[in-house]
Amino acid sequence: MMEYLKYIGQGLIVFGSLFLFLGALGIFRMPDFYNRLQAGTKASTLGAMSLILGVGFIQPEWMIKSLIIVVFIAVANPLSSHALGRSAYKNNLKPFMKKKMDAYEKVAEILPKEEDRL
Amino acid sequence: MSGKPSAISQWVYAFLLFFVVWYAFTTSLEWAELITGAIVAAILAFFTYKMSKGGMTIYSPLKLIYLVQYFFVFLFALIKANLDVAKRVISPSLPINPGIVEFKTQLTSEFAKMVLANSITLTPGTVTIDVIDDMFYVHWIDVETEDPEQAYMKVAEPFEKILLKIYG
Repeated sequence: MMEYLKYIGQGLIVFGSLFLFLGALGIFRMPDFYNRLQAGTKASTLGAMSLILGVGFIQPEWMIKSLIIVVFIAVANPLSSHALGRSAYKNNLKPFMKKKMDAYEKVAEILPKEEDRL
Repeated sequence: MSGKPSAISQWVYAFLLFFVVWYAFTTSLEWAELITGAIVAAILAFFTYKMSKGGMTIYSPLKLIYLVQYFFVFLFALIKANLDVAKRVISPSLPINPGIVEFKTQLTSEFAKMVLANSITLTPGTVTIDVIDDMFYVHWIDVETEDPEQAYMKVAEPFEKILLKIYG
């Protein structure tokens, strides 16, 4: 039984590392900040989650702790990427677009700028 | 959400949350550990119970079933999102057509909106940029439609129909 858990854990770690690598490649290849955010957020979330879960499978006494970390990553990662994307837009970083499709533009002009709120 | 939950049910909810986290960190069944955890959780719950909006109303059996269903829908979408990003990153032509779309949500609870925004960020090709009242602004890596109605159907609908059943 322990043997199988170990194999599952190693499989998860390899799977996670693969997606972390793909996320890094995405950050390297994408044309602008927002698309890098896309690749970075998704790949690093699944990659880190499955890597830590794999550690939990190899060391079963750490399983519950690694589950807490997985839940924390699933909540915190999208929040931070949301904050990054929003603040980038508010600081006039225009997204790269092949054809102009920007529904947020009209709203961002009306809203108070970040520095005015401080 | 129907009506405001009583202070007791809010307190019990916060207490259970803290106690479960305590138990998960210590992972021991010794009495000394459990009693210390219960005391600490009780004190913390006393300070923070006003923040748990739903109280124990979240624990009706039907809602728990929906929570489990949401978890699996979310997990499936997360894996699909990663395969999607992987496909785009690896293909030499870099097939992207980015843009920002807007749509309207039917959710009313702030917490449910937060869950929906987080879920959208982790699902194929979309990152939530901002949420203003009930409008979502989403950066989409491959825009299929600019129409708010159809964008809603494509991006948010599978999550929102479950969240509506849980948070109402």
